[in-house]
Amino acid sequence: MMLAGYAVGAAKGFIYIRGEYALSIERLEKAITQARLYGLLGENILESGFSFDLAVMKGAGAYVCGEETALIESLEGKRGHPRNKPPYPVTEGLWGKPTVVNNVETLANVPEIIRNGAAWYRGYGTDKCPGTKVYTIIGNVATPGLIEAEMGTTLRDIIYEYAGGIKEGKKFKGALVGGAAGAFMGPEMLDAKMDFVNLKEYAAVLGSGAILVMDESTDIVGMLQSVLHFFKHESCGHCVPCRLGTKQLVEIVDRIAGGKGKVEDIESLVKISEVMRDTSFCPLGQSLNLPISSSLKYFRDEVYGRVQQPA
Amino acid sequence: MIKATINNVEIEAPEGTSILWAAKKAGFTIPTLCNHPDLKPGGQCGICVVEIEGIPGLKRACMTPVGEGFKVKTHTPRIMATRRQLVELILSNHDTDCLTCVKNNNCELQQLASIVGINVHDYSRSGERLPIDRSSVSIVRDPNKCILCGRCIQVCSNVQTVDALAVNHRGFDTVITTAFDAGLGNSVCINCGQCVVHCPVGALYEKSATEEVWEALHDPDKFVVVQEAPAVRVMLGEEFGMPTGSLVSGKMHAALRRLGFDAVLETNFTADLTIMEEGTELIDRLTSGRNLPLITSCSPGWIKFMETYFHDMIPHMSTAKSPQQMFGALAKTYYAEVKGIDPGKIVSVSIMPCTAKKFECQRPEMNASGYQDVDYVLTTREIGRMMREAGLDVKEMPDEPPDDILGDYTGAATIFGATGGVMEAAVRSAYRLVTGKELENVEIKPVRGLQGIKEAEIDIDGTRVKVAVAHSCGQARKLLNKVQDQIAKEGKSEYQFIEVMACPGGCVGGGGQSWGSNMAKRARRGESLYEEDRSLPLRRSHENPSVLALYEKFLEKPNSEKAHKLLHTHYYKRSTVDGKIKPAS
Repeated sequence: MMLAGYAVGAAKGFIYIRGEYALSIERLEKAITQARLYGLLGENILESGFSFDLAVMKGAGAYVCGEETALIESLEGKRGHPRNKPPYPVTEGLWGKPTVVNNVETLANVPEIIRNGAAWYRGYGTDKCPGTKVYTIIGNVATPGLIEAEMGTTLRDIIYEYAGGIKEGKKFKGALVGGAAGAFMGPEMLDAKMDFVNLKEYAAVLGSGAILVMDESTDIVGMLQSVLHFFKHESCGHCVPCRLGTKQLVEIVDRIAGGKGKVEDIESLVKISEVMRDTSFCPLGQSLNLPISSSLKYFRDEVYGRVQQPA
Repeated sequence: MIKATINNVEIEAPEGTSILWAAKKAGFTIPTLCNHPDLKPGGQCGICVVEIEGIPGLKRACMTPVGEGFKVKTHTPRIMATRRQLVELILSNHDTDCLTCVKNNNCELQQLASIVGINVHDYSRSGERLPIDRSSVSIVRDPNKCILCGRCIQVCSNVQTVDALAVNHRGFDTVITTAFDAGLGNSVCINCGQCVVHCPVGALYEKSATEEVWEALHDPDKFVVVQEAPAVRVMLGEEFGMPTGSLVSGKMHAALRRLGFDAVLETNFTADLTIMEEGTELIDRLTSGRNLPLITSCSPGWIKFMETYFHDMIPHMSTAKSPQQMFGALAKTYYAEVKGIDPGKIVSVSIMPCTAKKFECQRPEMNASGYQDVDYVLTTREIGRMMREAGLDVKEMPDEPPDDILGDYTGAATIFGATGGVMEAAVRSAYRLVTGKELENVEIKPVRGLQGIKEAEIDIDGTRVKVAVAHSCGQARKLLNKVQDQIAKEGKSEYQFIEVMACPGGCVGGGGQSWGSNMAKRARRGESLYEEDRSLPLRRSHENPSVLALYEKFLEKPNSEKAHKLLHTHYYKRSTVDGKIKPAS
């Protein structure tokens, strides 16, 4: 962050962490205090003439505050509602001043690149997508956790090489890649190279790098149900499509999961999520179409099998 | 200038123009719901989405500036289907009981549903019924009708700087509410009703008194008098389909008489009286040099705002009651006496462009006559409804004068309804009071119009008086912060006299005026008041013969003891938490 501050001429940095992450907050605050003691933060760092300081800001736990302008609103002490863009934060951000917002992973790459050079970093990954990616592997794998792998590593390698394969020797059914609003993938995607460019061709995303692995016993409608409930809970309520769309999606998916769904309900899921993709104010509502459309792409028969069949 | 095409129609627009406004130039009105011409777009509804060639996805026309060479499409099959879906989603969580809604036939959502062609409900109705907030004496809030467009919050927080309303909870549970959910009546709400006139649906409306007034009109034992504020006469015509700003003073008197009021009198009469009292007060203050600037007190929204946020301005306030309350105090004393009517049988009704007047008439100190001085306040919308119910059409009415002794008015009174009008009227008479001579040119143009804060320097026979006029509480806050600063730093302000009206544009833009208000319409209505002023034989308050008779027969002289008892008032300090009067410390 100091390097980023130096690069853009900023004297102050904010680290925004969800209030629930007490341990992270404690550790960061300790590290910042120590850095100040050693003169690595504050006025005229190491006699360099460059001054920079950091503050930890706690969020109140809203998922939408991961969206950069909602994060800025929250930093200013307001409700975490996204702002209209443009203006982008780089022209009008925190308190109306130019602001650069980066996530931890991006910033963590910077010191290594500066130390070892860009060519070194480019040595990892693929031509179009150099470098590495941090993944959070969760779900039915033997060893869930955080890994860093080269861009372009296949889903198969990530699951079987890094995460110890599927738990209890069960079969792989699919994965939800890219976070809660990511894309479902079926077994045919196991050998797809995981990087930003390649996944785009499959209408999928790397997103947060979260990979939720599902074994053969997983109920795909149940998965969809928990994703949609999560988004209904996390919608900030600002715009019509997300506020009311998530509510309708939840009602419909609950109906399907309860065995009372109809074929038209599946069509409604698609239709509503498309309107949300096209008209939601921020990426939260825009992204929900992805888990819905991808679940139908890879698990079409299973989802259609769950609704009442037309006579 | 930016060149672009909207549905293949070429247009030119200044840089920064939104696609929504650019499309109007091409003749296309893009449907919107949350957008309002006087407010910043918030992007809540998404109805105004358009396609721009070469740019993926749909863009909100309200907040996307038109760019060079843009090829915009406003109603492709994809856009039309999307709009329908969005309106259906809104309806899935909206109380669609239109027939019993106060906004029936005036609802922007209703119109939108008809424009985009909704004829079936696709989605299940969801959400439990929420309690209706009836805690305020002026405004009712029905969260079941609210579509969360945010206009009310924007006008309350940004334009008025009152901050009575805010968003609470999130997602589907999101509601707009007051602090601690305590209700408008237990909040800092100043009752100005700007939220009401900006609401696109029926979620905000006045607390109606039409039933009570009907009952009084039908009661043979009651003598029902009515007064009408200046701004009503340039609004009521619109309620009956006349062009914006149509001046209908005479038709208004005729319709009220036909509705059954026993005496059709005038707030304009007491507006002239206000000038006599306030003008005398101004001369006193200018002479003594104490508590300057003097600040006007006609606007009850402004009074509550001042009582809440500007305690240190209380000594600067004119103690003169508003014209409505002066009328109330006189109707049950002077009028009753002269006409030989038992004041206990008089029901005093006022027709106001204002929701805060409902609050004002119920203030406990407003009973100088020994009764509640003004019994019922009806907004322009309510009297329009009553007239329609009685089968009266203002358009078709003949022109009739008001009744006597509280009915005559001058041009100075009628301009009270526009921002700057009280100031202009006061100067016309103050000049006479100070110099003994008449002001030749009575039109004081610098205090007219819709700029936020207007200033003028007036030469009263060698004495220079610096005046300022603010309309909307946001502008008033700005002006008073400056006054506070000057008093703190230099011991006195550059201004000697300040007019404040709570609503943008003054009373013509009041919260009790017809639905669908905007600044352009407010300006037009103001101009009509100045037209009436020009057309009247008397244009100075001190020339009003009925006012002179009142002083001669009853009050003796301006600011006399009797005038003080009946026509003047006092103010309280209120809490910034719940707007309640703070106990005297």
